Amino acid sequence: MSVEAIAVAPAEKSDSYVRAALRSPSFMIGAVITAIVLLAALMSFVWTPYYYAAQDIPNKLKGMSAAHWFGTDQFGRDIFSMIIVGARTSIAVALVAVGVGVVIGVPLGLWAAAKRGTLFDELIMRANDLVFAFPALLIAVLITAVFGPGAVNAIIAIGIFNIPVFARLSRGAALTLWTREFILAARVAGKGPVRISVEHILPNIINTLVVQITIQFALGILADAGLAYVGLGAQPPTPSWGKMLADAQNLIAMAPHVAVVPGLAIVITVLGLNLMGDGLRDVFDPRLRRSRQ
Amino acid sequence: MTLLAIEKLTLSIGGVPILKGVDLSVGKGEILGVIGESGSGKSMTALSVMQLLPAGAEAGGAIRLDGADLLGKSEREMCAIRGRDIGMVFQEPMTALNPLKTIGDQVAETVRTHTGASKAEAAAVARDTLDRVGLSAERFPLERYPHELSGGQRQRVVIAMAIALKPRLLIADEPTTALDVTTQAQILTLLKRLVDEDGMGMIFITHDLAVVAGLADRVAIMRRGELVETGPTAKVFRELSHSYTRALFEASSHVPARAPVPPPEPGAPPVLSAEKVVRDYRLPRRSLFQPAAHFRAVDGVSLSIERGENVGLVGESGSGKSTLARAIMALEPLQGGAVILDGETLNAATGASAKARRKMQVVFQDPYGSFDPRHRVSRLITEPFHLLASEAPTGAEREKRIAEALETVGLSASDANKYPHEFSGGQRQRIAIARALIIRPALIILDEAVSALDVSIRAQILDLLADLSSRLKLSYLFISHDLHVVRAITDRVLVMKSGRIVESGPTEEVFRSPQHPYTQELLAATPTLETALASHSAGSAFR
Repeated sequence: MSVEAIAVAPAEKSDSYVRAALRSPSFMIGAVITAIVLLAALMSFVWTPYYYAAQDIPNKLKGMSAAHWFGTDQFGRDIFSMIIVGARTSIAVALVAVGVGVVIGVPLGLWAAAKRGTLFDELIMRANDLVFAFPALLIAVLITAVFGPGAVNAIIAIGIFNIPVFARLSRGAALTLWTREFILAARVAGKGPVRISVEHILPNIINTLVVQITIQFALGILADAGLAYVGLGAQPPTPSWGKMLADAQNLIAMAPHVAVVPGLAIVITVLGLNLMGDGLRDVFDPRLRRSRQ
Repeated sequence: MTLLAIEKLTLSIGGVPILKGVDLSVGKGEILGVIGESGSGKSMTALSVMQLLPAGAEAGGAIRLDGADLLGKSEREMCAIRGRDIGMVFQEPMTALNPLKTIGDQVAETVRTHTGASKAEAAAVARDTLDRVGLSAERFPLERYPHELSGGQRQRVVIAMAIALKPRLLIADEPTTALDVTTQAQILTLLKRLVDEDGMGMIFITHDLAVVAGLADRVAIMRRGELVETGPTAKVFRELSHSYTRALFEASSHVPARAPVPPPEPGAPPVLSAEKVVRDYRLPRRSLFQPAAHFRAVDGVSLSIERGENVGLVGESGSGKSTLARAIMALEPLQGGAVILDGETLNAATGASAKARRKMQVVFQDPYGSFDPRHRVSRLITEPFHLLASEAPTGAEREKRIAEALETVGLSASDANKYPHEFSGGQRQRIAIARALIIRPALIILDEAVSALDVSIRAQILDLLADLSSRLKLSYLFISHDLHVVRAITDRVLVMKSGRIVESGPTEEVFRSPQHPYTQELLAATPTLETALASHSAGSAFR
């Protein structure tokens, strides 16, 4: 039946989602990578092999060894310690930035969908287009140029870029739901647009949102690394992956591991999150799932 | 002689048996009607012939087309057979055509794939075929796109694609179910003519006994993957020797027992009255400097429904029935007129008050789409309690009301903790009725509420509705395109066309002697078992 086309997941309950997720190789690989990164970041709060900012000039640019697992940088700092503390920064920036996007963008999108076809809807969506029209990095440079560099401003910059992503996604998914009969039934029961959006629309688009969150999270980590690389992210001595890359680029011929390790950290984390997002999309999309069975 | 022979066909999908030894045969120039309710395996039988089965399907037995077993063919060989030797027409003409390609290209595509004909030759064949299905060159050039055609015209294009290469066998899977009755009659006539002209065999799959009775030479009745009965149409329907055939026959012409409408209490206002209701839609602007045009979907409709009275509203798609229903429910603003519910005029600008909404509930057509899949039944059916605000029952009283509503519609109180997907279509429609009943409304609007149900389930739901109406003094506004059902359940009927009520009166009177030409046309186009069987002895209904 054509009405079944989109959005509302078949009324299977979460345990079958869990089972499907456990069977999805891309979800499992992605989830394991993400879990390792998260654990490392959490571990850095209680234990790091060395203090991340402790300099040890005599032992600078040492290769990998039992004492320094990932070697040391040009100031003799322990790269492993810096990487796991940097993971903390990257994850915090990306997480809060995606949070900003979800918390502002999703209600905006739902609101626009509830008022579909009105001037209000047009205003919200055109304002989103306006934000979308600027590349994310440009907005970030603009904000940090005005307010100064730092982790908080990086969060604001990446967060603003995330708003239209979530606003559009939730509006689009909500629009198809608004034509469904169970929404009509709720309207006949006298429920207003806010209540319907919260009770009926939001739970039915959550699948789509979760997938997008993992993808935006990966993009957030990349954006944070990019900002830090050009010096607009977290400031020294707080380590960040982007800054470590930037500092290491002059040393690449002499001590390649100093650049390779933070680069790999970024690649693996983003890869893990993307794999997880891909896996989740397969799990939630009944059409993809059926075709694989 | 036998064209297609299906012998002991078995099919299982993912280990679940779907077909259990089906034997069917179709001769040249013969129409075989396959009848069954949902889950009977009738569509799967057709897909087995086409070898278009879903992944994980395993077929056994034999399907012979002119002696060659199709089950043994490779996918490559089947590709050559599909479209050339076997054509297929699907139920939904809206989705069976590619919206980005012209109708000429789509018909020509079949020709080119199989014959290697040049573009010009294929286009010429496409033109001829479209002419044959009644789409003339003047009005329907090859360059038309599907969205420029009506549902019936699109179905003609789908048929043209299926018959372009004069296949030996045509499979039509519910080809008229999505169409209006007048369009359905035309498509049936067309199919019949094509079979006669080309000497094709045709398998016509449907759930509608009346359609098959007028069309098929032989019928096969299926249930739960098994063949119940097969034989010449007139013989099967006249003798009704098998109990399931008889049950189907009775269910499809079922008329629920109904108590007479109580006389209206003197002085009491009607449950619903609508006065000169007008609903306009704005069309897209054609020019920057002209005001946007309007389309009048409901044009000055007046009606009234007394307490306990069942009123039918019939009309074809696009006649404005559902728009009128939404306007009455104050889900859409009015551009004129008024809706008065139990003496209270609804405010068109702000929507109905909670007090007014309590008196009116609705049941929709689609038993799958009308529930939020994430909520339990108890939460689904208590949704209207929102209208009672602080007076809404809580705790034990709420439990009692839920149990009462579920038991009223023939479900059990323990069903409250289940999710909608655990129920069949008929049970879901009962849940929808329970949701409408739970705040004890005076009026229920039934928008095609039984159209998506199998005949036997439909008969049960109609019985339930009739019983509820007389027991609870409920009024219904029964919207449907199915004239049989309207005749069975309503006291009065309104016939709607292009946004206007063209005829109204007591149901029996209108059906017996329709006055308006449109009503006459509708009734003439509606297939009925009796007339179809009568004409079988004197030839066929659609010749």
